[in-house]
Amino acid sequence: MFGSKGDRRKERLDRGIKVRSDGVYAISSWREITYLIAPRLLFILGLALAPLALGAAPYWQRVISIICVYALLAIGFDFLANYVGLVSLGGGFYVGVGAYVSALLNTHYGIPPLLCVPLAMILGAVICTILFLPCLPLRGVYFAIVSLMYPLLAARIIEALDIFGGTDGILGVDGFPNIWLEQYILILSVIVIVFALRRLVEEDVGLVFRGVKDNDQAVKASGINITVYKALGVFIASSLGCLGGAWLTHMYMWAGLSQFALDFSIIPIAATVVGGGGTIVGPVIGCLILVPVSELLRDFGSLRIAVYSIILTAFIVFKSEGIMPYAARKYEQFERWVEI
Amino acid sequence: MDIIIYGIINSVSLALMAVGFTLVYGVSRLPNFAHGALYVLTGYLTWLLMYRLGLNYFLAALFALALTGLIGAAMYQLVLIRVRGMPISEIIASYAIGLAILEGLRWGGLKGGTFRLPPFIEGSVLIFGVSVDFQRIFVVVLGSALMGGLWLFVNNTKLGLALKGMAQDERAALTLGIDSDRMAVVATAIGSMLAGAAAIILLPLGSIVVESGYHVLIMAVAVCIVGGLGSWTGAVFAAFIIGFAQIITVVFLGAHFQVVVALLAIVVTLVSRPSGLFGRQKELEERV
Repeated sequence: MFGSKGDRRKERLDRGIKVRSDGVYAISSWREITYLIAPRLLFILGLALAPLALGAAPYWQRVISIICVYALLAIGFDFLANYVGLVSLGGGFYVGVGAYVSALLNTHYGIPPLLCVPLAMILGAVICTILFLPCLPLRGVYFAIVSLMYPLLAARIIEALDIFGGTDGILGVDGFPNIWLEQYILILSVIVIVFALRRLVEEDVGLVFRGVKDNDQAVKASGINITVYKALGVFIASSLGCLGGAWLTHMYMWAGLSQFALDFSIIPIAATVVGGGGTIVGPVIGCLILVPVSELLRDFGSLRIAVYSIILTAFIVFKSEGIMPYAARKYEQFERWVEI
Repeated sequence: MDIIIYGIINSVSLALMAVGFTLVYGVSRLPNFAHGALYVLTGYLTWLLMYRLGLNYFLAALFALALTGLIGAAMYQLVLIRVRGMPISEIIASYAIGLAILEGLRWGGLKGGTFRLPPFIEGSVLIFGVSVDFQRIFVVVLGSALMGGLWLFVNNTKLGLALKGMAQDERAALTLGIDSDRMAVVATAIGSMLAGAAAIILLPLGSIVVESGYHVLIMAVAVCIVGGLGSWTGAVFAAFIIGFAQIITVVFLGAHFQVVVALLAIVVTLVSRPSGLFGRQKELEERV
């Protein structure tokens, strides 16, 4: 069977333009420049123009904000899982902490929403990082299980102790002054975060992050404290989650136990798997597909969780690389059959 | 006296919930996050067979168990085998399957207290002045019998010994001609049936609700982590520790804190002694 006549295999080669635009020749002609910029511009403009295009349908405008919130979470999950090696199944915890911090700042101290959100992002991330600090030595399955427990634990404790409004949540949170402001600040932050994180993981610190993921003993042996880096990773990821949570609070003018819910843990994971892990952009694309699907299925109640669980399983089994790496391959390489 | 009797009952229930999970993890290193879903599914299947097809209780339970075993085997053979050895994908895939089953059932109309399995025998007795209904006695008796049976099965049959061999050292087992993939399928099937058996024994105490799927998963994970993942003795010990801790909390603090106890136990154990009370895994390599 091996090497018999007529056997073929698929060969993949980089396109010429890809090779040229990797180096300094990128600026040699408009063609190369366009080749580099086009996909990025498509992403930025697509996101930026979406609210305008849907201006006639306020409901779907709201969906764009929700997509962005989930995208933030999914970016955080992707970064933490594929660059730091910590699989966090408890995205709901970050959202919940961000939501409660922002709501408390707003209702107790009367800080306006636009100031509350960045404050909640930083404060919430600090709280999350401190709470996760004891679990940072754990790896793999163990970290995943503990992080899954955090949102459940938080919700139970709030319920049991009846603090922060108990099961009713915190009511009377201020909304944003203007819907356009609400949407564009969020979209802008998603775009900035995507490009900033993609840059970050290529820098030296990103190298150490990947070292922590792939071989933490080697990183330790180099005299680098891995706990500090893991904490930094959790800080970055949880700040994204808290930003999303804080935004949701002011969007719905309410913070409650449902912000620790399962949705915030499972959709970002599904989006990351669908969009392609390790690409940072992939999760956003995954959210752009999955969240509208889940909105369309809203009438069917809990069926939507079942639906994206099935999508998720199917992607893991049949297309584990995800959409983004697949698209990037098609864009950068050509394939041909060759005789062996 | 209440505390001791109900503590024992609660501990045996916890051990029942956890034993399937720890079996699967021990043999194939697969954290089966669909465990709770299989538990609820068996209860629902039994209910369907009893009330829709009119089978008698015993037959219905038997069929439901067999079906759950098949579903577990199919789940492993069709999906999980492809992601074997990738812990992240294993967790996500099995959790997703579990979610799909649970939320699918919820959508299919499984809610509220309308779905109930009758207790095996009605009535209650007084033990040391504490009233205990027969079903709870069944829980203790059948639970102990099941675990005793499992112990005998693992140590005395060829299949059981093969599973044990896999659990101890997969490579060595392979060289002795044990087909690791087939054993993993068998282990998942048995683990699913154990989840189902737990459901049939425990569900008559309440009604069949989707939430209990998540509850069972959390409890199984809690017990297994505190006891040390993959260690069966550890799981039984941990079930007793958590079981009694829960009952004591309920008596002195209130029912709200019952789950908090389990979750805190996990966090404390993982942080202070990651391999669990009886974990035999190498700490350095595995987690730290």
